[in-house]
Amino acid sequence: MTTTGTTTGTTTTTTTGTTADAGYGEWEELVGAALLGTGRRQGNPAALLDAAAVQTVRRRAGLRPAEAGPRPDPAPRDPRPAPPEPARRRLAQLLAGRTGAGSGGGRRGAAPDLTELLPQWLAAAGRHGYRAPHALVPALLEAARARTDLRPQALALAGARGLWLARLNPDWRFALRGGAGGAGELPGPEDRTGVERLWQEGLFAERVALLGTVRAHEAAAATRLLSTTWATERAEDRLMFLDSLRVGLTAADEPFLEAALGDRSRNVRATAAELLSALPESALAGRMAERALACVGPQGVTPPAECDAGMLRDGVVARPPAGRGERAWWLGQLVEAAPLSCWRERFGGLGPAEIVALPVAEGESWREELHAAWCRAAVRQRDPHWSKALLGAASAPPATAPGTASLAERAKLLSILPEGERAEWVAEFIRAHGLSEAFQLLGVCMVPWAGTLGRAVVDALDAAREAGSYPWSFSGVMGLAERCLDPAAADHLESLTTASDGPPDTSPGAAAYWSEAFQRLVATLRLRATMLAELAPGP
Amino acid sequence: MTEQAVRWTAEQVLALAPDEASRKAGARLGGAGPWSQTGDSASGSVWGLCKGSGSTPYRTVVDLRGPAYKCSCPSRKFPCKHALGLLLLWAAEGFGEPGEAPDWAAGWLAERVAKSERPAAAAGRPVDEEAAKRRAERRAARITAGVGELEQRLEDVLRDGLAGQQQAGYAPWEETAARMVDAQAPGLAARVRELGTIPSCGPGWPARMLEEGALLHLLNRGWLGLAGLPEPLAATVRSRVGLGGTAAEGEVVRDRWLVLSQYDSVSPDGRLTTRRTWLRGLGSGRPALVLDFGPPGRPPGLALPVGLVLEAEARFRPGSAGLRADLGERAAAAAPCDRIPAGVGTGEALEAYGAALREDPWLDSWPVVLGAVIPIPGELGWQLADAEGDSALPVALPGGGSRSGLWQLAALSGGGPVTVFGECGHRGFTPLTAWHPGCPEPVALG
Repeated sequence: MTTTGTTTGTTTTTTTGTTADAGYGEWEELVGAALLGTGRRQGNPAALLDAAAVQTVRRRAGLRPAEAGPRPDPAPRDPRPAPPEPARRRLAQLLAGRTGAGSGGGRRGAAPDLTELLPQWLAAAGRHGYRAPHALVPALLEAARARTDLRPQALALAGARGLWLARLNPDWRFALRGGAGGAGELPGPEDRTGVERLWQEGLFAERVALLGTVRAHEAAAATRLLSTTWATERAEDRLMFLDSLRVGLTAADEPFLEAALGDRSRNVRATAAELLSALPESALAGRMAERALACVGPQGVTPPAECDAGMLRDGVVARPPAGRGERAWWLGQLVEAAPLSCWRERFGGLGPAEIVALPVAEGESWREELHAAWCRAAVRQRDPHWSKALLGAASAPPATAPGTASLAERAKLLSILPEGERAEWVAEFIRAHGLSEAFQLLGVCMVPWAGTLGRAVVDALDAAREAGSYPWSFSGVMGLAERCLDPAAADHLESLTTASDGPPDTSPGAAAYWSEAFQRLVATLRLRATMLAELAPGP
Repeated sequence: MTEQAVRWTAEQVLALAPDEASRKAGARLGGAGPWSQTGDSASGSVWGLCKGSGSTPYRTVVDLRGPAYKCSCPSRKFPCKHALGLLLLWAAEGFGEPGEAPDWAAGWLAERVAKSERPAAAAGRPVDEEAAKRRAERRAARITAGVGELEQRLEDVLRDGLAGQQQAGYAPWEETAARMVDAQAPGLAARVRELGTIPSCGPGWPARMLEEGALLHLLNRGWLGLAGLPEPLAATVRSRVGLGGTAAEGEVVRDRWLVLSQYDSVSPDGRLTTRRTWLRGLGSGRPALVLDFGPPGRPPGLALPVGLVLEAEARFRPGSAGLRADLGERAAAAAPCDRIPAGVGTGEALEAYGAALREDPWLDSWPVVLGAVIPIPGELGWQLADAEGDSALPVALPGGGSRSGLWQLAALSGGGPVTVFGECGHRGFTPLTAWHPGCPEPVALG
């Protein structure tokens, strides 16, 4: 057992020794004599030990409580109910298994993966309006400390008790900073002096969080706040603040952004231009449309011959990256920043799909630049019609896609589509091309996967098994499926876990591995279903 | 007996895990996926088949009364991950109506029942009393010689002064400890080792060293004057020196025992794991400490989940303030306790420790349930303060020095009063288990 100086004797008082034993009096005297040694004073060591033994037992037997220090203020009451008993146990289990996952090395066996389930438990508990069970709040804060992706939900669930604890333990200070769950100690947006003071004195992260809160409350107030200190901010901070205006961008921000086009920093200018171009009504968008329309039309493509001062001021970067022609580079930037709505009139009233399908007269090289720029514009302006047109048919080979063959770019376009259409498109893609390229596309689909999408994924997995592949070639999709498949799919999957031995020429052992992988998937889905059922409020 | 055995909680099950790895492995097997033919019986057993990597599933049976485990897997851990997984599944979902165990489980269960009904035959073996007596006398003589040597050493140290101890280092004490091992006095050897580490333990060491040295001296004097001591104190001295008493002569108390805490500590050389289980008799109010030991790499076998109540006979060993007990056969399946144990204030807690010192002056702490105390976190040290009044006990960190248990305690309290079980002694109060107001389910702090 270890002892610390602060807990031994010093904080407790003792009864006073009554008589001196063998010539020794108080305890301190005994310690002094023991330190020096009895040899110096012609004393008797056995007598000193006798006296010390009496004093030690007497002191211990006579211990009295110490005076209590200042008590912590009681935590504010959390009116939300605690989750039902089985759900509480489940959370404890998920939190306990948190650190274990992934440590098993190679094969994962047939048991469900608990780490994948924690975020879902937290989200579901949040939807039910529960608070975290008190005893689990420290473990929850630890989990949130380790995984930033869990923070917003973990902190919301921990609630007032979590903040109360975070104030007492420096390790959990992160919980007090806002932004994560809106749970911080930021002044309210109406508290003008509080906002003003934090804006002047706060740390960068606090200021970013403050700007976000103020902006959510009143968009214009945020740009007013920014203007007060804009000239004295460092360039990299100006860039970050500007970036935070992306959320809730409106036409009211235009004057501020216009002014930022004249900024000293090139990156700030570029970001301001990008934000302005996402506002189709802005003056910059108008200027860009004018330039783009001059270059592109039904007759063909004529890229700009030079990058003039006006273009530079509007954020066009003059120097192309290595390996790209400067005229194509400028063209791309103009088209990307022009509002997509300007093309209908230019192409005689055609819709996006028809415009995209038109041949480009001046040769294929411009076509690629033009379509890539349209893709970026569709994402920036969040235009579902153009996105859909540029994605093309899901079943067509990716290389022939009208917009782009890049999966990353296509995933971005997909994220602009409405949920239902997104799932349908990805389901069709999987039916046509299998799973090997679907991972990024699945990532942008909403959870749980809609019926058709889930079925397409399961069928494709089944097809891969029959083709004799090994399941770990699909571990990414499997992991996603454990998190995203609708638990209702478990029954259909169950039949696959005991599937036949497969054709004789399949890879040796593959069937057993597949059966195991499907078992794990089923187990995880069942566990998810149980988990969600456990969270349902009791009668 | 149509009534179903009360299901345990997942915490109670996980507390049985021999180590962190089995805890995780067990938790992963705690879902319905790999299991089939699961069931439980009214007499308190659960069983099931667990599909593993091989073609035959593992057969897992747990007798909840022990608890005792049997599994056809090759694992040498005890309980194995399959037993843990089975119990977790049972704790979470139950296995429906109680039924009859299948043949592969019934055989082992019947064997256990038979064994528990068989009278302890070994106790009746005739012993050569003369030889035993001679052996005991020889050992006592060796201890007496060792005690004389130790006294000499202590007096030498005091004559030269403790101030020289920091320079002298640990080695001479290790040598003295080895001499005590030779003298067959392991209790003295352990105390000597402890004493030797004090000079390197930070501020205030001279006072602590004098305390521990004086108590060692007191033990030596007790041994040398053993004949003149009243019997309970003489038994305490014998057990403190390291002579294990014969359990057969102890007092037997039959009660419903609530498991208040269970924790392991590993000896400094890493060779022995000691598992301490604290019990409290719900009828007698009597505390009991059950010790179990595990050799390297193997955890102790006895596993009693915190919060369970088991009806059993406890045989108390003589001496040591009547804390050490051994559990006899349990009468019924263990069941969770349905209320928070009654507690006392900080003043009474220290009085209880003081009173226990009368019977065993070498006691470092006494088991106490504190009722209605408020944890006060502090950078230098934590306190547990009475909800009423301004008395408080300093908190001593648990053996491992981990603060996570303290934060759990703070989280439970939220600045309000809680009930806390722990060890109260001269170093402070070590919290081990806590109850939230209004909820009988204990939270093991760790």
